[in-house]
Order: sequence, then C-alpha cells, then structure tokens
Amino acid sequence: MATFQETGPRTPVTTSIRVDKVRPGARLTRTIRAIVVVALALGGLIPVFAMGITAFKSRNAVVSVPPSLIPVPDGDRLRLEAAEARRQTGETSLAQHFFQPTLEGFVFLLTERAQAGPARAAQLAELRAEGELPLFDRVALNAGQEILGPSQYVGRLKNSIIIAGISTVASVVLGLFAAYAFSRFDIPGKDDLLFFILSTRMLPPVVVTIPLFLMYRTLGLHDTHFGMILLYTVFNLSFSVWLLKGFIDEIPREYEEAALVDGYSRLQAFFRIVLPQALTGIAATTVFCLIFAWNEYAFALMLTSEVARTAPPSIPTMLGRGGIEWAAIAAGTLGFLIPVVIVTFALRNYLLRGVTFGAIRQ
Amino acid sequence: MATIELRQVEKRFGNHQAVKPLDLTINDGEFVVLLGPSGCGKTTTLRMISGLETVTGGSIYLGGRNVTWLHPSERDIAFVFQLFALYPHLTVRQNITFPLQAQGESQETIERRLAEVVRLLRIEHILDSRPGKLSGGDRQRVALARALVRRPAAFLMDEPLGALDAEFRESMRAEIKQLHIDQNATTVYVTHDQVEAMAMGDRIVVMSNAEIQQVGTPAEVYHDPANLFVAQFIGSPGMNLVKGHYIGGQVIMPGDNNRYNVPTDWVPALNRATGGDGDVIVGFRPEAAVAASDGELLGQVYATDMHGAYTVLHVNMNHDDIVHVRSNRRTTYPIGTPVRFNLNPQMVRFFDPVTGQAIRREVVQ
Repeated sequence: MATFQETGPRTPVTTSIRVDKVRPGARLTRTIRAIVVVALALGGLIPVFAMGITAFKSRNAVVSVPPSLIPVPDGDRLRLEAAEARRQTGETSLAQHFFQPTLEGFVFLLTERAQAGPARAAQLAELRAEGELPLFDRVALNAGQEILGPSQYVGRLKNSIIIAGISTVASVVLGLFAAYAFSRFDIPGKDDLLFFILSTRMLPPVVVTIPLFLMYRTLGLHDTHFGMILLYTVFNLSFSVWLLKGFIDEIPREYEEAALVDGYSRLQAFFRIVLPQALTGIAATTVFCLIFAWNEYAFALMLTSEVARTAPPSIPTMLGRGGIEWAAIAAGTLGFLIPVVIVTFALRNYLLRGVTFGAIRQ
Repeated sequence: MATIELRQVEKRFGNHQAVKPLDLTINDGEFVVLLGPSGCGKTTTLRMISGLETVTGGSIYLGGRNVTWLHPSERDIAFVFQLFALYPHLTVRQNITFPLQAQGESQETIERRLAEVVRLLRIEHILDSRPGKLSGGDRQRVALARALVRRPAAFLMDEPLGALDAEFRESMRAEIKQLHIDQNATTVYVTHDQVEAMAMGDRIVVMSNAEIQQVGTPAEVYHDPANLFVAQFIGSPGMNLVKGHYIGGQVIMPGDNNRYNVPTDWVPALNRATGGDGDVIVGFRPEAAVAASDGELLGQVYATDMHGAYTVLHVNMNHDDIVHVRSNRRTTYPIGTPVRFNLNPQMVRFFDPVTGQAIRREVVQ
C-alpha cells in the first residue's frame, strides 16, 4: 500500500495494441461468396432476360434456331443480312444470334387487328410515307395488318390496376389500425383473435375457390370489381395485421405517451408519432400485399369472366388464338412485372430496413 | 404552478396490487422524490398522476381541480421519460415546439418560448439535429426543454438520469435542481437511487411493497427512519441494525459482555415500548460508530474498506452480526484483531423487532 502511494500509478497505456484481426483467408472467402451470389443472381435472371428479349422479337425471330439473342438497332441492315447469310450456310458465328427488335409483341398484345386489304394497305403506306401514321399502326402495317381498336387485354390491365391498387391500400390501412389496437390495447380475447386471423392462412387459398364461387354467384359478387377487391383485401388483411403488429410492437410506447401528455389525443398521437415511425413496416407490407393481389391467378380465373377479369388469367389465353403469339405473351408478362418493380424500387429505402421485420431500429 | 393531491389512490393489475391506497399532498413549488426499489409502485404512482395509467380507486387533484378521469392531454402536466422519448423523426426544434403546436399557440409565441428554453438549457447549436445524433446529456436537455416550454402546472420525471453515464448524472442532477430553483415548479421525481433522492428532494417519499413507508425531508428519512426498511434503504451502506435485549437501562448486544448503556433521554421510551424488559433492535449509522480504544462495545475486524477520507471497518460483534464502523484513515486495523467503538448518543435509534417500526422518544398522539 505504502509503496503504491509513493510511486503513483504506472504510466497508463494510451495506444491500442490491437492488430487487424481479419484472417488472410477471410478475404478470399468473401470474394468466393460474392461470386456465388452474383452467379446465382445471374442464373435467376435468365428467364427474365429471355422474356425481355422475346417481347421485342418478331414472329420469325421468336422461333429461329439457333436462338437469336442479341438485338441490333433498326437500320443496321448489314449486320442483319450477314446474320441471315450465315444462317443459310449453317456457319457458326456470333452474327447468327442477331435479331432486329420490334414492337410487334406489344402491338399484338394491346390491339385488335385485321388483315388489311390491298387497297387499305396502299392507303396506309401512303400515310406512312407522309409520316402521319402512329407508331403502333406502322408496326402493324409491317405485318400486313391494320389496327381496329384496343384489345381486351387493355381493359383487363386496367382491372388489375384498380383491383390490386384498391385492395392493397384497403388491407394496409385496415391492417394498420387493427395492428395498432392489438399492439397497444387490452382487447378481450386478444390472443385468440390474433390466432383466428392467422388461421385464415392455414390452408391453400385454392381450396376455397369452389365454395367462394357459389357464394359469390348467390350474392351477385361474381365478376365484379367490388367482389375481387373484397376478396384480396380479406386475404391480405391477416398478413398485414401480423406483419404490421410486429413493426408497431417495436415502437416504444413512450413516444405516444409523450405525445399524450404534450396535449395530443390518441388519434393525433397515432398520426403524428406512430405513423411516421411505422413507415418502414407500412412500405414492406404494401409491397407484399401488392405482389399478392397483382399476381393472383386462381381466384381471378374462377370468379371473373368478362367485366372484372384481371391480367394474369388473360395472358395465357393468347396461346389459343391463331397460333402461339410468343412475343405478345412475353410482352404481356414483361409489362405485368413493371408496376411491381416500380413500387418496390420507389420504396427500396424503407424495404432495406423493412425486410428485417423490424429487427433493426435506427 | 399547482399543488398535487392524491386521496386514497390505488392501482391493481388483475390480482396484483401495484399501489395500495395512499394519501399524499405535494405543495406548490415543491420538489418531491418518490424513492424505492424497482417494483415498489413509484412509477405507477407517477403515471397515475400523469393520466397515462388509470386509477383503480381514489382521486387525484391538481391545483384543486379533480383530474382523476381526465385525459393526459387535459391535465396540463409535463412528463420526462427515462429514455427521453424524443420523437426520432423530428428535429430538436420540432421536438421542443411539438407541445406548443398542440395548444394552438401563435407562431410568434412559439418562437419566443423556444428561444427562452433554448437559452436556458444552452442547446442553440443542436436545434436542427435529430435526436439520434445527440449525446445522452443533450437528449436529456432537449427532453427537459420540451417539458419546460409548455409551462405546465407540474413536472413529472421518471428516472430521467437513469440512462446517463455516472459522471454525467451528477452534473445533470445539479442542472435539474438549478432549473427547479429557477422555475419554482412543482416537480415529482421518481428514482431508485437514494443518493439522487437525498441530493435533489425537498421531501422524499420512500415506497416499498406498493405502499408509502415514510414521507419526510432528506434529513428526516436519513436520521429518523420510520421503520427498518427505510433505515436499511437510505444511506450506503445503510443503517447498522443489531438485535438486542433491553433491560434496566441497558441493551444486551451480541458478543462477549456487550452491554450498551442507553442514553438517558431514551430510557422512558424504551421502558414504555418494551415494558421494561424486552427485545429491541438498535440502529446506528456507520458515522455514529467511531472506533476508540476506550470504546464501550467490542468486536473483531472482519474487513476494511478504504474510502479515502476515512476507513469503514466491518466489525463482527458475534457470529453473523456484522456492523459498519468508521475509523480515521491513519490507523490500520489488521483483519481479525479486536476493536472497541462508541456510539454517538445523539445518533442512536431503536426499533420494535416485531412491527419493524421505530420507537419514538416523544409520545405519538
């Protein structure tokens, strides 16, 4: 004791003696991991790529063997002719994979057309020469056809947007209020209610299509927009209640309590404090609900016919009429992907945090 | 500013009695600390005053107004939470003005009040940051600013220093106390830290087992604890409590021939309490027991704690009766050696071993 007091404490250690603890092998492992991930991602994207290029092929190019893979711009005649020549001789070279992109697929998908008679064709050609023919008509004319009007598919795409859009908003809004109530209040039989809500997802939805079909016919909901919105909302609600409850549970109650003593009502506190902090969860839930409602196939096939039919069951019907329109199908599918991609992209900042299901905050 | 009055306020969660019916009056401008171990009902009491928790029974008056069933937003109180509860999506400025917007104050008033509290708490430089970026102390200041800006009838604080580093806690303690002196605002402050309670409170309400054990000034709860719980809970270490037998002006304490002569002013009270012959518990603070070679009581040194200015000896009077005794820092006491000590006659207290209540010198009406 005495000696300690005389000498005082030894010089404190002020510099870190820690060494870089990354093993030499760790860097290699990380590189290998990255390569594997990229390879898997590329593999997964092959069908999307195939669909993407098919959507822009002409009828001939779609079925050409070997497959044409590389689009070359319009007017690059030399290359295309070279490709054709190679194909004839059977010589292998990169050039035989060239094709000229065209909007034929989209035109076939979105319009009703008829074979143009010689007189009509001449008239259209004249208009084209004057540069007054719209893009779609020009494309149709190249195939010897004239456009009569929009196809049924346009209406069905509209149905899809209306039904998926409204049902997504409805299930997220209703789910948010329900989740908040479940998270914050003492509700009699809360656990049973939550289990009941979850149990609606415990069997494959397809199982109930026949009973639903009968019910909908009796109730007059068959082939109505309202019927489909109701159905998708109910199906998504169980999902959104559970998902959002998890997110709201993660928001400490103190924030609302602070707002309450600061002079706000419960509803004001909800909108001004809880809602902004639940945005991550809301974004994630929105995307998941939208994907379900947008892609749903079985119910739409069974419960709609003309008025409220959505896009997913319409695309395969194009297989039937006058040969298989591969380009139109690919164009339909590609166009169908775009809204979901846009929404997901727009919400990506929230999703990055959101897909961890609220495990990470701030 | 306002008085706060609790009348027979109680809280039950199902079968669990969180707060037994209690009466408490907090005067205008007073700084009252609710002190107790965790789970004693102090936070629940505070939340009932704020309205965040409904009462199971009883009524609450704020400035003479019955607020028992009013919504928190209608009570005109400010609450400082342990984890500050600053709204993370708003800037410091928006956080502080948030309660003023609820009151529908004009932009002019909001700016003026904001400038006042910001100057008072010296947080001008962080007005446009978000709470997530701030240090603990700055968050604490912003939380206080948000409470102060309203000029509420009362401040309720739930362990506001609990989330801070030890070194910071002390300076924030002084800062809060200073603010209270400036504003002279009725404040109810919850803590489990008895040092904090002693340092800050005008009065301390000691709670345990869902009920109030004692209400008094820091000096009262320290020197005259109402019962054994308060005696042990206040002070670090707490009061020494030694079982003994009172007979004829002496208490027979554990150990060899440890007969303690009771100070004369206590004799009538002990005669009354024990009937002249009965068990008592002798209580004394470590600083009331001073080691001295001619000491009246004897024990063996069990351990020594050096506190710098003084040394605390753990003295074993008998098998398990270890008491804390203070000695000066120059003398060393090897472990196991016998040590004699005296009790300061003004600082000795006696407790009833059956009820645990303090025996009073004066007759309680």
